[in-house]
Amino acid sequence: MAFSKVLSGLNDRRVRGACYQALLVLVLAAIAWGAASNAYVNMRARGIPLGFGFWGQVAGFEINLHLIDYSGLSTYGRAFWVGLLNTLLVAVICVPLATLLGFVVGVARLSPNWLLSRFALLYTVVFRNTPLLLQLLFWYNAVLKTLPGPRQSLTMTGAVLLNNRGLFLPLPAPRAPAISFASAVGVSALALAAISIWARRRQERTGAQTPVLLLGAVIFIGVPALAIVATGAPFSFEFPALSGFNLKGGLQIVPEMAALVFGLVVFTAAFIAEIVRAGVQAVHHGQIEAASALGLHRGLTTRLIVVPQAMRLIVPPLTSQYLNIVKNSSLAVFVGYPDLVQIFAGTVLNQTQAAVQVMAITMAVYLAISLAVAAALNLFNATHAMRGRTA
Amino acid sequence: MRTPATGGHDATLAIDFIGVHKWYGTFHALRNINLTVKRGERIVICGPSGSGKSTLIRCVNGLEEHQRGSIIVDGVELTRDVKRIDEVRKDVGMVFQSFNLFPHLTVLENCTLAPIWVRKTPKRQAEDIAMKLLRRVKIPEQASKYPAQLSGGQQQRVAIARALCMNPRIMLFDEPTSALDPEMVKEVLDTMSELAQEGMTMMVVTHEMGFARQVADRVVFMDNGEIVEINAPDPFFDNPRHQRTKLFLSQILH
Amino acid sequence: MSQTLVFVRTKSEPLDPPPTLSSSVLVWARANLFSSIGSTVTTLAFVALVLWLLPELFSWTITQAVWNAKDGEACRQHQDGACWAFISAKLDYLRFGSYPVDQRWRVNLTEWVGAVLIAWLLWPEAPKRGMAALLFFAIFPIFAFVLLHGSGWLGLPIVDTLLWGGMLITLLTAAVGIVFSLPLGVLLALGRRSRMPVVRSASILFIEFVRGVPFITILFMANAMLPLFLPEAWAPDRLLRPLVGMALFSAAYMAEEVRGGLQSLRRGQYEAAMALGLSYPLMMGLVILPQALTLVIPGIVNNFVGLFMDTTLVSIVGLADFLEAMNNAMKDPAWSGPTIMPTGYVFAGVFYFMFCFGMTRYSAFVEGKLAKGRKR
Repeated sequence: MAFSKVLSGLNDRRVRGACYQALLVLVLAAIAWGAASNAYVNMRARGIPLGFGFWGQVAGFEINLHLIDYSGLSTYGRAFWVGLLNTLLVAVICVPLATLLGFVVGVARLSPNWLLSRFALLYTVVFRNTPLLLQLLFWYNAVLKTLPGPRQSLTMTGAVLLNNRGLFLPLPAPRAPAISFASAVGVSALALAAISIWARRRQERTGAQTPVLLLGAVIFIGVPALAIVATGAPFSFEFPALSGFNLKGGLQIVPEMAALVFGLVVFTAAFIAEIVRAGVQAVHHGQIEAASALGLHRGLTTRLIVVPQAMRLIVPPLTSQYLNIVKNSSLAVFVGYPDLVQIFAGTVLNQTQAAVQVMAITMAVYLAISLAVAAALNLFNATHAMRGRTA
Repeated sequence: MRTPATGGHDATLAIDFIGVHKWYGTFHALRNINLTVKRGERIVICGPSGSGKSTLIRCVNGLEEHQRGSIIVDGVELTRDVKRIDEVRKDVGMVFQSFNLFPHLTVLENCTLAPIWVRKTPKRQAEDIAMKLLRRVKIPEQASKYPAQLSGGQQQRVAIARALCMNPRIMLFDEPTSALDPEMVKEVLDTMSELAQEGMTMMVVTHEMGFARQVADRVVFMDNGEIVEINAPDPFFDNPRHQRTKLFLSQILH
Repeated sequence: MSQTLVFVRTKSEPLDPPPTLSSSVLVWARANLFSSIGSTVTTLAFVALVLWLLPELFSWTITQAVWNAKDGEACRQHQDGACWAFISAKLDYLRFGSYPVDQRWRVNLTEWVGAVLIAWLLWPEAPKRGMAALLFFAIFPIFAFVLLHGSGWLGLPIVDTLLWGGMLITLLTAAVGIVFSLPLGVLLALGRRSRMPVVRSASILFIEFVRGVPFITILFMANAMLPLFLPEAWAPDRLLRPLVGMALFSAAYMAEEVRGGLQSLRRGQYEAAMALGLSYPLMMGLVILPQALTLVIPGIVNNFVGLFMDTTLVSIVGLADFLEAMNNAMKDPAWSGPTIMPTGYVFAGVFYFMFCFGMTRYSAFVEGKLAKGRKR
């Protein structure tokens, strides 16, 4: 009697579910315990440090690009921060550039001009179907390293120089009039904001439309220009100049960084272009017909009807691409750019042999960034998702 | 063969098709269409699918382009001139089979969008007009909802209100009830009947023969891109003259 | 009410051909190339670009290229063209790495068998594709491993994985990724949608963890940590570690694609299957998964393409994949010269492009066929 009860209990869905889960927990726990104990034994046997003590030890290696102070006498911990900042630097530069290029190419894909749309298609097909590493190596080895030396730099205006030591840009140094220039810019920004608010109110009241874009351009360019004329140039530029066999002065972007940024931007822009194209084309044709039937001309239809709907479709995959930029920047190790992976999971791991700790920290960093981006995306979805039937 | 008048036009004509042909590639979709619609007239166009009826009314507001012949809407001849097309669209309203409401805007915003941006109406005024028309189609309480929150019948009535907000002189309906569940067809047809009673010039493509009988001044039967028969509704349904009309009616009215 | 205009057709209208203007090339050009001033300028700019670029490309790749040479001397002298002689000289190394020359027939055999099985699996009209799937996913891996690695029993000399390289490694890594990602990914996706909280959280944790970190870190982790987590006796082979990393990595991404497909399937499908009395495995295997997977074919193939491109990263843990083999080949001093690098990279680019683009076109082809079935 009791036996058949047990049997029928096993057929109960909930009992079964509980059993499966208990089994899974046991299996996972066994694996985890097995792995941990093996790791302990192996690490002990090979003399690998078990804790995080290495964080305070002296690193003993140089890094050629550091946003904070660093030298061979700094600690491994400091090296971590240098690497992290370098990774973030690349991300911060690449995201806006890739977005800009991606949107331009995406819009070109939608152009009625057949040649333009086909060229944009060629761009996306080529750069999405070749590995990023290959592209990076190509830009780094086949392009940047083959440039002539500083004495025969490629140059456009004498101010921007390209050679095999990197890209040299003029370095702006603020002078006395910089303050008035900055305030002029600030004032025009405020004026622009005020004007757009006023224009919207005016349209609501009287229906008349004002050319805000045109006015804004005039103000944003005109007012700072006047400030320059009145008080003098706000910046003096330190130009890179030939000194001996090298260039001195100016802002130097090393070839490693130039290759990484350029390669990442070009690669990611191809994906962003496809996202933009797909988002715009997903807006039903009927929407455009309805807008046209109401008398809205093309510009208004695009601005008021197509763009809002397209952006809702574009933003989620777009943020996913931004995340990819951060993750793909780890390929820096192949071109010698000192990012987090190259410094920490590369050099530091090799020197300390503390694989478990180093990898745990590295992955935690990337996970934190991923979670932050996911949270931001969720916020966007919550506020902008289109409301559906509640009834 | 008639030619468009060069000087003054007949002011009683709302829409005039003169020798209109349209091709999709090599497919001859509209063949020598000659049709006049007087002001205040209600025309119902029926026919089997693929007969060109949707193409015909979509030519009236320039959503489709005709390759030969003339279409004169309210005295303005439709050419490829964008300005002319925009002018015509201001005075011609259209209601689509799939509603095509703007999902990212509320019902009220759907209705006020065109008056604000095309007629440059002040916002308050546009909203008053919109609320008046939403009351007329009997769903004023839905004004701040989003289209996806409404039933199909309600959405289509919003679409009618949206078109009416531009104060059109002609209303085009492209199978307005074909995508609706049966219990919601009546509310939309009632709205359209009321519109007709107020004297709106209407061109309606529909399969709803009951509506045609009650509301239409004339029924136009199209098949294979050409107009086959035109008559007043009673003689049309009770006594079809052409062979193809008889065949079609026997298939529809079973 | 106006006077009724009655009309009854007496004679059918003739079917005319369209006016010639609307079907000629000139009209197409007017609409697509010269529709506005901006468009005209753009067209002219691109035409100029093409007229300048095409002859340059042609001369670099064909007319000025060096096709036959024993070493880099000829290429150093003809610097205006590609050095295809370098490629033909290195082709074997690029294909096999350092695999012993007399045993290379084993690699060829494995690759041919794999290709036949894949073609059989992918050809929509092929018969008994279920058999092909069984062979490819279950039998072929064992067959390939035995043949490539060797086995004392069969008299096949063992070839250490250290010697494997080039295209062999690339195809192997990609194949492992593809073969394991689908079943593992399906399991993970089902786990993520499960109502059992432990299963669900375990799946979510795994998927989000793997998707949140760069592939390189997974490779590093597999390479450095796997030997630590396993007892000494089980020390994993150098090739096996990144393969494990690849399998887990691709499974997580595949899980998300499959989950998307499962979610977009209408609830009615689940309900109909349950109403028919199908158990969970039967329901999944016969009704849900076939539909869900076909829904996300473009996403799955996208994943495969990304996977194939990610195989280039295994060089970081010391494996010589195709790209790494090319890098090594380019360092050969006998062939050094300014045209070697562009030639090598272009050839490598074409290699990867062919596979990736080919996969994308195939997916579009399959989608087209399926869409015909779905259109009403």
